[in-house]
Amino acid sequence: MGHLIEFRDVYKIYQMGTEAVHALDGVSLAIDQGEFVAIVGQSGSGKSTAMNIIGCLDVPTSGSYHLEGIDVSTLDDDQQAVIRNKLLGFVFQQYNLIPKLNVLENVELPLLYAGLPAGERRQRAVQALERVSLADKIRNLPSQLSGGQQQRVSIARALAGHPSVILADEPTGALDSHTGREVLGFLQKLNAEGDTVVLITHDNSIAVRAKRIVRLQDGRVIYDGDASDPRAVVQPADSGAGADAGEVRI
Amino acid sequence: MNFSQAFKLAVKSLRTSKMRAFLTMLGIVIGVAAVIVIISLGHGMEGMMNQQFDKLGANLIQVRIYGAGDGSTRTVSPEDLYALAKKYPQYISGVSPYVISQTKVRFNGEDYQHTSIYGVSEILFNSDKGHTIDGESLREGRFLQYIDVSRHQNVCVVGTFLADQVLGGDALGKTLSIGGVPYTVIGVLNKSADSAEGSQDDQLYIPYSNAIRINAAAAADKAAAAGITGGTGGTYSVDGYLVTSTDRNTAAAAKGLIENRLFRTFQDTDAYFVVTASEMMDSMNAMVGTMMVVLVAIAAISLLVGGIGIMNIMLVSVTERTREIGIRKSLGAKRRDIRSQFIIEAGTTSAIGGLLGILLGILLASAAGMAIGGYMSAQMGGGTFNAVPTPAAIGVSFGVSVGIGILFGYLPANKAAKLNPIDALRYE
Repeated sequence: MGHLIEFRDVYKIYQMGTEAVHALDGVSLAIDQGEFVAIVGQSGSGKSTAMNIIGCLDVPTSGSYHLEGIDVSTLDDDQQAVIRNKLLGFVFQQYNLIPKLNVLENVELPLLYAGLPAGERRQRAVQALERVSLADKIRNLPSQLSGGQQQRVSIARALAGHPSVILADEPTGALDSHTGREVLGFLQKLNAEGDTVVLITHDNSIAVRAKRIVRLQDGRVIYDGDASDPRAVVQPADSGAGADAGEVRI
Repeated sequence: MNFSQAFKLAVKSLRTSKMRAFLTMLGIVIGVAAVIVIISLGHGMEGMMNQQFDKLGANLIQVRIYGAGDGSTRTVSPEDLYALAKKYPQYISGVSPYVISQTKVRFNGEDYQHTSIYGVSEILFNSDKGHTIDGESLREGRFLQYIDVSRHQNVCVVGTFLADQVLGGDALGKTLSIGGVPYTVIGVLNKSADSAEGSQDDQLYIPYSNAIRINAAAAADKAAAAGITGGTGGTYSVDGYLVTSTDRNTAAAAKGLIENRLFRTFQDTDAYFVVTASEMMDSMNAMVGTMMVVLVAIAAISLLVGGIGIMNIMLVSVTERTREIGIRKSLGAKRRDIRSQFIIEAGTTSAIGGLLGILLGILLASAAGMAIGGYMSAQMGGGTFNAVPTPAAIGVSFGVSVGIGILFGYLPANKAAKLNPIDALRYE
């Protein structure tokens, strides 16, 4: 017992016709309370699969995944839903707000599924919106907000349930660089306040804002260590896919 | 996720596409409206019939005598039933024999073949209530009296066809020929149908004693014509009786007494038939009820079609909102949460449809009631036609429409609940 997130020799194998694709090929990984970890990799590296498994949206083919000591791989759909609700907060690239609901209602959603009474839901949602400086927009519809504001609403939604882990999947992907930096700043601030943040990205310039980088390639961890180490941002030449825009080479 | 949240959400999503919501509901609206209209009209008709029976007297008992049919001359005479009435005054308040005469009416050299000739006693007419046991009242003159019956007086009470069309309006005191014997008109009945020949207004009443004689004479003529001599044509008696019980609650007991008395004479339950007004009313109501069930079942097909419409649109809605379902699942919605959200949405759609259908149905029923109420009233001889649905009908049709929404919403809702969150989140 100890780690917040623990992968032990996790395989995720998809059957594509006659060919077995190893999206995760024996990944072992541990993340502790209070860390800010970026999981980096190019498309096809397995980072999305890793994020789905961390987010309890998917289960490993073999190996085990423990979240707060719970072996998630053995849970059924509804039990996974409860884990997502209580322990995880998602921030997506496309914000994924529900357009019919206003800002407050969107932020209240996870609390609604947690079964909290209306008064407490509202109070906690407003608190979360205050943390992202959007308490004045609670009656607005998502479509009335800018991209950066919408992403902050989704961060507030992730925060509202007081999760153990905030899981951000390419949170700046749909934003311009200025707004992207602003959103990253929020994530750093949350981490500074004690929240555990796991960031999934293909972009080194974003990954380096984390404290620790886990680099995946072809379903394997090829680097796991401090973000300030120059080796953290080396993309091996044999990947064949070419350098990403924000990639730093040495 | 609680009910009120899901309900609010359902109303919200119905509002965002009003036209679609309306068309989805239309099947339910039409089905429920049809059911309400049918039930309202049936209810109105039943009410009208009951009024009729009340007017005739719920205490009326009709007795029909067929005879033993074995050539025996056993019969029950009016005096026997008068005696029965005298013996049980707490049950039987009046007995009037009636005889249907098969002869024809003649006036000014012309025969009127369609006229119904009834031989009755003075008891048929209740002078306190001002109408006969079967609901007819006098326009002018008087009804038969005891003395007319006991003395075989040649007097008659005629309907409006004879009074107005044949006798030319001023009928009192004029003379008609019935079975070759002249009868003086002493009373005219009120119009109860359309005064046409052969209608309910083409009838006349004579003392039953006279009617028995007419029938006996007619049978003797027939026998003579057939070459049978010496025959009297058998014993001629009455065809039946109209009996009144003291009130509607004693009708069943009075019926029992009459049946016992008749059985004692005939020793055969096929020789007579006794029916109380409330039994007749029950069988009429049962008939209307059966008709209503059939019609409602037909209307219910529309409800079924409406339910399929809801299922169809819910399936579309689930596909359109795949991403929303993915988001909700990622935030911790269980299958049950997603399922109940869509079921409540379907139920809300059909519930609103049901309410609109009930309103439409009430409006249509009252319009139809106004349009045909007068006609019905004229056809059935008075009474008011009130086409309003019963509260139970409203409650049941609302419940059924909500039930249909839930039933047909279940399949799409279950499909939504089973979506894989990763695929749903990626859905564009």
